[in-house]
Amino acid sequence: MIRLRPEWRKIFEARGRDLDARRCFNCGTCTTLCPLGLKVLPREIFRYALLGAEEKLRENREAIYACLLCRLCEVNCPQGVKITEVIRLLRVYLAEEDLEVRS
Amino acid sequence: MAEIRSRLALLSQNLRYRAHVFPLPARSLVSWAEGLGLARGGKTILYTGHLYQLLPYLRVLREREQGLVRGKDWLSRLAPVLNPWINVSRLAILGREERRLQEYYTGVLRGVVKLLRKCGVEPGYLYEKEYYPGTLAYDLGLEGVFELQARRVVRAFREAGVRTIITVDPHSTALLREVYPQLFPDWDFEVRSYLEILFHQGRHLPLRGEEGVYLWHDSCVYVRYLGVVEEPREILKRAGLEIREPRFSREITRCCGGPAETLFPEKAGELARARMEELSTLGPGTVITLCPICHFNLRAVSGPDQRVEDFVRVLRLEE
Repeated sequence: MIRLRPEWRKIFEARGRDLDARRCFNCGTCTTLCPLGLKVLPREIFRYALLGAEEKLRENREAIYACLLCRLCEVNCPQGVKITEVIRLLRVYLAEEDLEVRS
Repeated sequence: MAEIRSRLALLSQNLRYRAHVFPLPARSLVSWAEGLGLARGGKTILYTGHLYQLLPYLRVLREREQGLVRGKDWLSRLAPVLNPWINVSRLAILGREERRLQEYYTGVLRGVVKLLRKCGVEPGYLYEKEYYPGTLAYDLGLEGVFELQARRVVRAFREAGVRTIITVDPHSTALLREVYPQLFPDWDFEVRSYLEILFHQGRHLPLRGEEGVYLWHDSCVYVRYLGVVEEPREILKRAGLEIREPRFSREITRCCGGPAETLFPEKAGELARARMEELSTLGPGTVITLCPICHFNLRAVSGPDQRVEDFVRVLRLEE
């Protein structure tokens, strides 16, 4: 069972950072274009992030770090989601956890 | 998973304690400028961002790190504990191939200075006061150490009286243009790529290029972060060179795989091979790159009959 924490994104909002993924309507353009061919990137990851499924994000850590930040998905996103910024934010979150720097 | 953690820890520690993700001896970062007579500091400086200097060491350093982080579990856990005390990067010794690459990249940086001078721009240089911009830390989400590094970079600019920063690679350009201004409310530096200077101020230059067939590889960062698409094409045209472009070019260019090099080198290799294959469908020719990471990654998978050249190295100035 996936444990959800919808209030989770407030971690970012509290820092004045918007988890822009809310505009994603799950069309899959990004997944189709991803040069790495990782099916989980980025839309499925975004669902986990929006729902606060932290465990799922941790499970997909490798995919989150594998993203090339090449913006091929971003420039073709019909919703104009700043995909690479969301991926970077998720990395900030995971890296702080990894390096135990978050209070 | 432990491998990603250990690598992040090493990068983060290196940046915090040694002001570099891969700390190398200062000489290897500044020796490219020997004999050029570049002034120390000044209002307009050339900012190398260290990428061209760092890349020849990358494989050697990564192999050393792999020995630490891919070792047994206890070694993987121990690596971040040892790293603050033992700087493994300083022990990196280049082989013959890497030294050749170092000379090649030295030629790129010196070529940029020559072109700038012909455009009427005499840049200064910060030498050992030039700090790595923190690109990798920013991309990997190491926010705390990235901000620490950015403060070092900006302090060095201010102390040297810098107003205009001329960049040589797309990653440093994007970082200084898009990210630094968000971090520093008083950011008032002008950031210009050497390509933009060459495009706008070099219209009169007697540029030439070696005859041949050229296959074009756009940098993701130039085209999709910075909107630099036409400028380098126009410069080559002025030099009398024609290019062939793959289907995935310009705004939909395919990544060379380079950004995966640090954490997932195998994936980086796969993507580079796929891109080289795509370029080779255009027929035999020399691949031109605009970004040092693209050059490094595509060159690494090129066959004996394939040439990959940096943009600067295909330009010649008629005396």
